[in-house]
Amino acid sequence: MDIELILNSFPKLLSASVTTLKLLSVSMIIGLFIGLFFAIMRIKNNIFLGKLAYAYSYIFRGTPLLVQIFIIYYGFGQVEYIRESFLWVILKEPYWCAIIAFALNTGAYTSEILRSAFQTIKPGFIEAGKSLGVPNKIIFYKIQIPIAIRQSLPAYGNEIILMLKGTSLASTVTLMDLTGVAKFIISTTFKPIEVFIIAGSIYLFITFIIHNLIKALEKKYSF
Amino acid sequence: MIKKFSIGLLFSLFLTISANADKIRIGTEGAYPPWNSKDASGKLIGFEVELAWALCRYIGQQCEIVEQDWDGMIPALQMRKFDAIMAGMSITDERKKVITFSQGYADEVASLAVMKGSDLEGMDTPEGINLSLGGGSVNKALKTLTGALAGKTVCTQTGTIHQNFLESGDVGKVNVRTYKTQDDVNLDLASGRCDVALAAAVAFTDYAEKSGKPVILVGPTFSGGAFGNGVGVGLRQASQLGGTLGERDAQLLNKFNKAIDQARKDGVISRLAIKHFGFDASM
Repeated sequence: MDIELILNSFPKLLSASVTTLKLLSVSMIIGLFIGLFFAIMRIKNNIFLGKLAYAYSYIFRGTPLLVQIFIIYYGFGQVEYIRESFLWVILKEPYWCAIIAFALNTGAYTSEILRSAFQTIKPGFIEAGKSLGVPNKIIFYKIQIPIAIRQSLPAYGNEIILMLKGTSLASTVTLMDLTGVAKFIISTTFKPIEVFIIAGSIYLFITFIIHNLIKALEKKYSF
Repeated sequence: MIKKFSIGLLFSLFLTISANADKIRIGTEGAYPPWNSKDASGKLIGFEVELAWALCRYIGQQCEIVEQDWDGMIPALQMRKFDAIMAGMSITDERKKVITFSQGYADEVASLAVMKGSDLEGMDTPEGINLSLGGGSVNKALKTLTGALAGKTVCTQTGTIHQNFLESGDVGKVNVRTYKTQDDVNLDLASGRCDVALAAAVAFTDYAEKSGKPVILVGPTFSGGAFGNGVGVGLRQASQLGGTLGERDAQLLNKFNKAIDQARKDGVISRLAIKHFGFDASM
């Protein structure tokens, strides 16, 4: 164990975890909207929209995140048509390629989580609203959505933690996130054990915080 | 009868173990053509793969070539996943702190590359600079490069002499982007995400030839300084481990040095270099 290396690389890895958290939060927020959008498509009784949303979730849950990020980053970069279009402004940047891949991936899982949450709402809640003459829109926003969010909190907390670990793939498209910087330090010191132990501990610490935040939210919104 | 049989079994077991212990395992990346790469069927090919077999014949021991990602090459050697590195690894002072090298067997120059039509084409620099020599023309060339590279995204492979050079400050503060393999660097150079890339000159000419993409070399070729002193066989430092294992590592260094001497004398290194590089890169 090289204690000096551990002390030296700790601050570098800590500042790299800011990039990791940025990637995580931006993609989770975009992914949440995507997930909500597709979940609503699934519960509306429209066969075409439902199938479309199902196909999306099926494709993104059924392929590895690494493959998705490679297709978006290296794959699209090879297509001349895309390179000459306005899309290239975004796809040129590794940061946005990673965000797109992460958001689409977590969006697929989120849509499943929210869909099942919507479907488990007891019909009695909705009927109670209807019998009071509450408009359908208000029932949806004030009754269905809040209950669905509460129902899906434990599963969604899990998804955040899975995505946190997923962000480590950003280093494969040249981003200097926690894993990227860890690999960089190893490439000059040739000591993987020390560096990966610290990087792993930082990931563990972030997981610990996310876990407890979700737990607190669950408690707050329990009924 | 059973006793005899089990002794025989033990003996043959011992033989296989010692035979295995005598096998030299050589680690290579398999992703840095023409130094080392893989053919369509996944078989390791290239200059160093053929040279490794030749050196093993001179040493007179069995060999096995092991594939290893570049970024884990030195740690894998130290953890005894293999006994020697032959992966286009240049002999540098930084690496010598953790491993040892045989004498060099080949030398290459590094070069910048751009896509045709880049504004870096036609840079006014000498044909080649040797950073170890220094002097006025080298300083002038570095100054030209500093100006040319400012604001550009320069791509290179992680943990290479090329990355070290770009981060040394010799060409100012450069926006460096690093990749796991040279293939990834080539892809992003072609896509336009990289304005310019730095690697072994042969890595670019090989890519240009095989892909048909208009990749062209610009600026001077680099040698010396951060670019090291040729490519050699990377080995564990014998002092890292005493006892028989340390002894074996020390012997391996001698064996490789002798084998390289013989291969050079017989013209084997030159012949293989011309076959794979198109010119005599042996040293």
